[in-house]
Amino acid sequence: MIFVQIFWPFLKIGVFGFGGGYTMLSLIQNEVVENRNWISAQEFTDIVAISQMTPGPVAINSATYIGYNVSGSVWGSALATIAVCLPPLVIMILITKFYLAFRNNKYVGWVMDGLKPMLIGVIGAAAFMLMTPSNFPDIFSVVLFLATLTVSLLKVNPILIIIGGAVIGLIFL
Amino acid sequence: MGFYLKLFWSFFKIGCFTFGGGYAMVPLIQKEIIDNRKWISANEFIDLLALAQSSPGPIAINTSVFVGYKIRGIPGSIVCILGTVLASFVIILLIAVYFSDFTKYPLVESAFKGMRPVVVVLIAAPVYTMSKGIEWRKIILAGAVAVVVGFLGMSPVYFLIAGAMGGII
Repeated sequence: MIFVQIFWPFLKIGVFGFGGGYTMLSLIQNEVVENRNWISAQEFTDIVAISQMTPGPVAINSATYIGYNVSGSVWGSALATIAVCLPPLVIMILITKFYLAFRNNKYVGWVMDGLKPMLIGVIGAAAFMLMTPSNFPDIFSVVLFLATLTVSLLKVNPILIIIGGAVIGLIFL
Repeated sequence: MGFYLKLFWSFFKIGCFTFGGGYAMVPLIQKEIIDNRKWISANEFIDLLALAQSSPGPIAINTSVFVGYKIRGIPGSIVCILGTVLASFVIILLIAVYFSDFTKYPLVESAFKGMRPVVVVLIAAPVYTMSKGIEWRKIILAGAVAVVVGFLGMSPVYFLIAGAMGGII
């Protein structure tokens, strides 16, 4: 039964995918490229590239894509996507429940205070990791970066800023 | 029903523009969920990000579940997850069915050349807003973590565990 076969690996990816995005990639690769040979390493690289150019988490994107490729139907695609979302849904509901019940507890408060600077650092790291030569190929992209920095301090809606970037790219790049 | 539609629409919009990894969602949520709708506070948001980062699954999904659950319990979290996922699901499905060579179109490539530097700014900006009101020693700590994780490639998980333990001690 192909649909059961699709569901299981993506459920596993959802359960063990700690650390978000790119740490999940090796897990996905292990399940669908090496263990099951559903797609080739080349196709997997293409999926990652597509995923970088489309909105949404890479784990969800690859589930949708691989689900369709393996089953040849929209249902396979939907099933793989649901499978990868299900564990985070359940686990995060439990965590949120716990948090809302105990956030006034002093120990939980201390843990949250300790996590705060770490988290700010981790988000800063996410920005650093995107400062690669492929994202900033020329002087124009640096100018665009600085211009956006100025605009974002003016509290412009980030959606407009992203669309603005795309339009500038279409016109000038 | 009207409220669930609003919830869905907000997360659908966010889902449409989450380019460049889970943290690209941070500025979008700050604008839509905290500033415009006032569904959660800025302080709760930092806690939420810490929890989302520490549990399995994509950060974008975990964040949606938290906000949805906080506002409307389990139905709320399901509505938010659907909103976040729908746009990327439809887009990827169209690509899988019709254009698997999507990345090779010159127009797509040009639009992304413009978007990439912009997204980096949008991810960096919340670091500034979240650092407000935090003592300088902790900001130095955050900077050190950013450098070690960003440039040396260490897993953020260790720092989160250390932060949680440090908070208790």
